[in-house]
Amino acid sequence: MGSLEPLIEKALSGDKRAIARLITLVENDEEKAREIIRRIYPHTGKAYVVGITGPPGSGKSTLLDKLIKLARNEGHRVGVIAIDPTSPFTGGALLGDRLRMQRHSTDPGVFIRSMATRGSLGGLAKATNDAIKILDASGYDLIFVETVGVGQVEVDIVKTADTVVLVTVPGLGDEVQAIKAGLMEVADIFAINKADREGVEMVYLELKMALEFEREKWKQLGWEPPIVETTAFTLKGVRPLWEAIKRHREYMESSGRLKERRTFRAREEVKTIIASTIAKKIEEMLARGEEGELIGEVVERKLDPYSAAQLVMETLKENLWG
Amino acid sequence: MVERSKVRVVIAKPGLDGHDRGAKVVARALKEAGYEVIYTGIRQTPEQIVETVIQEDASVLGISILSGAHMVLIPKIIKLLEERGIKPNEDIVIFAGGIIPPDDAEELKKIGVAEVFGPGTSLKTVIDFVDKAVENLKRFRA
Repeated sequence: MGSLEPLIEKALSGDKRAIARLITLVENDEEKAREIIRRIYPHTGKAYVVGITGPPGSGKSTLLDKLIKLARNEGHRVGVIAIDPTSPFTGGALLGDRLRMQRHSTDPGVFIRSMATRGSLGGLAKATNDAIKILDASGYDLIFVETVGVGQVEVDIVKTADTVVLVTVPGLGDEVQAIKAGLMEVADIFAINKADREGVEMVYLELKMALEFEREKWKQLGWEPPIVETTAFTLKGVRPLWEAIKRHREYMESSGRLKERRTFRAREEVKTIIASTIAKKIEEMLARGEEGELIGEVVERKLDPYSAAQLVMETLKENLWG
Repeated sequence: MVERSKVRVVIAKPGLDGHDRGAKVVARALKEAGYEVIYTGIRQTPEQIVETVIQEDASVLGISILSGAHMVLIPKIIKLLEERGIKPNEDIVIFAGGIIPPDDAEELKKIGVAEVFGPGTSLKTVIDFVDKAVENLKRFRA
């Protein structure tokens, strides 16, 4: 592992190529991910993470393009992780979010990385967490994570952010139903994008009604999720969202809830690493040798699935992090 | 063969050329073949393209030009890549497509473009090329 040290040093000092290489390594290589994160972890903790999610076509990337500018104007160094789905059939992905933010590519204070979901078994969440840490340690103090909020994994990723923004647009029909279960409860800010279109009031009212159920909870916590209207053509049209994000951050910091959220995030991260490591190991095991034969026995009714699982788990204990 | 889903490809359109159907078709074909493809969109400067390659840690760069400016833009892109320590054929596979006359294609191959695909090239040809070409990159050699 000695060969990783120069790369890590370079990344910590801000070299973009090194940062990018580290992100690739944490995506692809379990062992190296461990070594890298152990090494850089003491340098993390400075970044504030904003999750941006919503249905496809809601304009998240265009919004982000403006948010990056607004954040840069206020002196932040901005990291962006834009997540798009991997095709379950081919294993490939077309990552097109970056397209809308491309003007920031040459800004030394911005780092944009596209990531594919890769048919996760907790793999994506782990890779995203690791990538966030690499950007954090390399000096990006504000990190946006953009996901399409349709899969549970994507929801799991954003809900560990410090501020969660849920983006929706008018005209989706049955507005609130279009929002994945679990996201309503998790969002800190709602943005109705493309607010120049018809149907904004309808979305607003539906969101307001859905939020009524959470009324008491918000009163207790001291933060009622605002519903802001945005149009992503101009900075001005996105400013209400930027201001809401800043207000939420102030609230999180002054109320002590940030510490709670980060504790939650740390717990989720450890769980994710455990789940991902085990899932990967099991897949390796079941694909080969003895353990693979067990599956044959299950099919032939010589062994029931629970007993087969038990046998695998007993072998797993010895094989985990060899 | 290198596992396709671990190979990241940037498809870029430099200059003022707005005809992106070809680029998108190739991008989609590579995705269908299992690669991870980042499409930059149109009107990219060489600097933007190089930054994208760097931040996305791409192993392959596909450049699409139909405007005739290839003998200015492609050498510029390669020069910038080399300045950032990225060597064609060692660190990155570069291919080009669009409207590039054969004489120019020969010149481009001398400075680091691995292959130039003209109109009518089958998608299978492009995919087979990428499959083979990435095997020679430093990072994928054992």
